[in-house]
Amino acid sequence: MSDNSWLSEIPQLDRHQLLDIRKTLDGAYRSFSREYGDSIEAFFDPLLTFLIWFEKLLLSSPWWLVIGVLAGFAYAASRSWKLTVSVAGAFFLIGFFGMWDNTMRTMSIILVSTLLSIMIGLPIGIAMARSNRVQSFVTPVLDIMQTMPAFVYLIPVVMLLGIGKIPGVIAVIIYSVPPVIRLTNLGIRLVDKEVLEAATAYGASSMQRLFGVQLPLAMPNIMAGINQTIMMALAMVVIASMIGVKGLGQPVLKSITNQYFTLGLLNGLAIVALAIIFDRISQSYAKRTLQSFEGK
Amino acid sequence: MSDDNKKDSTPLISIKNLYKVFGENEQKGLELVKAGQTKDQILAETGDTVGLCDINLDIYPGEIFVIMGLSGSGKSTLIRHFNRLIEPTAGTIEVGGIDVMKLKDKELQEFRRHKMSMVFQRFGLMPHRSVLQNIAYGLQVQGVPKAERQERALQWIKTVGLDGYADKFPNQLSGGQQQRVGLARALCTDAEILLMDEAFSALDPLIRSEMQDQLIGLQETLHKTIVFITHDLDEALRLGDNIAILRDGILVQQGPPVEILLNPADDYVEAFVKDVNRARALTVETVMQPQVCRIASETIGEAVAQMRKSKHDFAYVVNDDGYQGVITQDTLENVEKSDYSNVLDSSLLEDVPAVQGDALLETVIPEMLDNVLPLPVLNDDGQVEGNLSRATLAEILSDQPSPDETQSNQA
Repeated sequence: MSDNSWLSEIPQLDRHQLLDIRKTLDGAYRSFSREYGDSIEAFFDPLLTFLIWFEKLLLSSPWWLVIGVLAGFAYAASRSWKLTVSVAGAFFLIGFFGMWDNTMRTMSIILVSTLLSIMIGLPIGIAMARSNRVQSFVTPVLDIMQTMPAFVYLIPVVMLLGIGKIPGVIAVIIYSVPPVIRLTNLGIRLVDKEVLEAATAYGASSMQRLFGVQLPLAMPNIMAGINQTIMMALAMVVIASMIGVKGLGQPVLKSITNQYFTLGLLNGLAIVALAIIFDRISQSYAKRTLQSFEGK
Repeated sequence: MSDDNKKDSTPLISIKNLYKVFGENEQKGLELVKAGQTKDQILAETGDTVGLCDINLDIYPGEIFVIMGLSGSGKSTLIRHFNRLIEPTAGTIEVGGIDVMKLKDKELQEFRRHKMSMVFQRFGLMPHRSVLQNIAYGLQVQGVPKAERQERALQWIKTVGLDGYADKFPNQLSGGQQQRVGLARALCTDAEILLMDEAFSALDPLIRSEMQDQLIGLQETLHKTIVFITHDLDEALRLGDNIAILRDGILVQQGPPVEILLNPADDYVEAFVKDVNRARALTVETVMQPQVCRIASETIGEAVAQMRKSKHDFAYVVNDDGYQGVITQDTLENVEKSDYSNVLDSSLLEDVPAVQGDALLETVIPEMLDNVLPLPVLNDDGQVEGNLSRATLAEILSDQPSPDETQSNQA
């Protein structure tokens, strides 16, 4: 190599060094997962039990009961008969085309992931809103979580926990939690300063301010975040099926490899139907919280 | 009048040597201010903004204390120091003997809950709570049970005239109604001190004066200590028992309205005062001439004797029933000597209406125009305590102070 080759070619570690780095990191992670894999798996056991219970619940309940409950949710959230009837009709069609069981499996994992995302996302969002330092630290992490290709963070999760429901849920959460965090943060920061000042002036403690003023006033934004979170969770269904999550993703995956166009289309449409239903329900709920401020 | 009370009572709120510097390094800014540098110099040197500079204030129980200044003068910053929504850079704030600066978080919370309540310029109502819930907010924060706080809130809804609006939401109300809710919320906690930060500035002129009337009316029964911030001198003069004028964070003048109106401390205050409608801001007793000749005699002869002693050419005739009318020197001189023993009766008197000392100048103008003679000014007991002549009124209402007035100012 000539002395000034760095002018024409970018300086680069040589192969051996790169290999060493990879070997060291992989080895370290592998021994970490051998060492702690079991205990981490044990840590997630209750979640797994819950997931299995919830899935069984949805699968074993009679179809009309499930449709009835979902339609009830739709009506409670939107107070609109049109939406309620559409929800019931969509689920009936899904069942009619033979995708009921897979849809129930997908729905159970989506609902549980969303619930966990909210439980994780809300406190992080609140912490971000309260401290600029936390915000400046969390924001780039969220950027990475959203842009890193899902397959890349599937690898360590699968290495650690194998394939199955839990790694699926973790992957879905990593991908879908950022919106709820971001919008909780934004929503709280956008709360009218004078309203918050009024609460302080009347001697509200920081908890009274949070639960009495900040969260209620941030609710429309938080609901928008939750809506986004559900949408992103649904988008992960197919990818999650690659690590053994049962549901609507698996037939789609199967139809890619076998070129079953209709099977793929039908299951794809079922995912779309789920997405639209969840979107409409959560949006109309958000709209109603917003309207209550105007006293309509 | 209020000066006399002051000597007897101790101030409820006492602020001493208060400084506030906004910026990265407050302490450095503070040193520069104390070293006598101007606001602009400090801004250029350190990037710090001087908010308040060496403020000293005493506010006495039961008074309406108005802090006035243009935007940027630091008045909103100052009022937020009273309950420590803003931390001062230096200085002490004492409220009812409590050193507010020494309070810990919990104590400060308690202090805010019970000692002071606040009304905001843009109302600061909570859009997700109904009118009733908004008014009861202070009590809810204190942990008062729901039934009790609703009952108390309902009473205040009535007092501020919002009957029937309890279940409405703030966005359904007009600006004036919203501020009534703000006022009711502040009164609902029964705090001794009311902080009002430009409370009426966002309202239409008509609604504003309605709210001012309401505040004055409430104050007559409640006797709160009110700190009122405004940029409107008319409002300040109307409401204030005492007024402090802020300019660029410095307290320029402090005193009762009349003093500020008649003796502005510097050009800045004078510029303010110039536009004030004095006829609407001053009362008769603040401008009247206190020297008068009163005649209380029964007969014409005694009256003539008294009139000769006085340097005036007219006199107010009073008896046990109070003011009777005016008698002029000319009338008396025309009376025959032989009639001197006759009773001084109303046929000799000119019927000049009396005015009350606490009436606004504006309200006495019609009487003034109908009568050439100076009007007698009566106090609360119906006693003549001075006179108001056309010349005096004209001097006060015209922009140019008369020569004697400037002299008396300098004295």
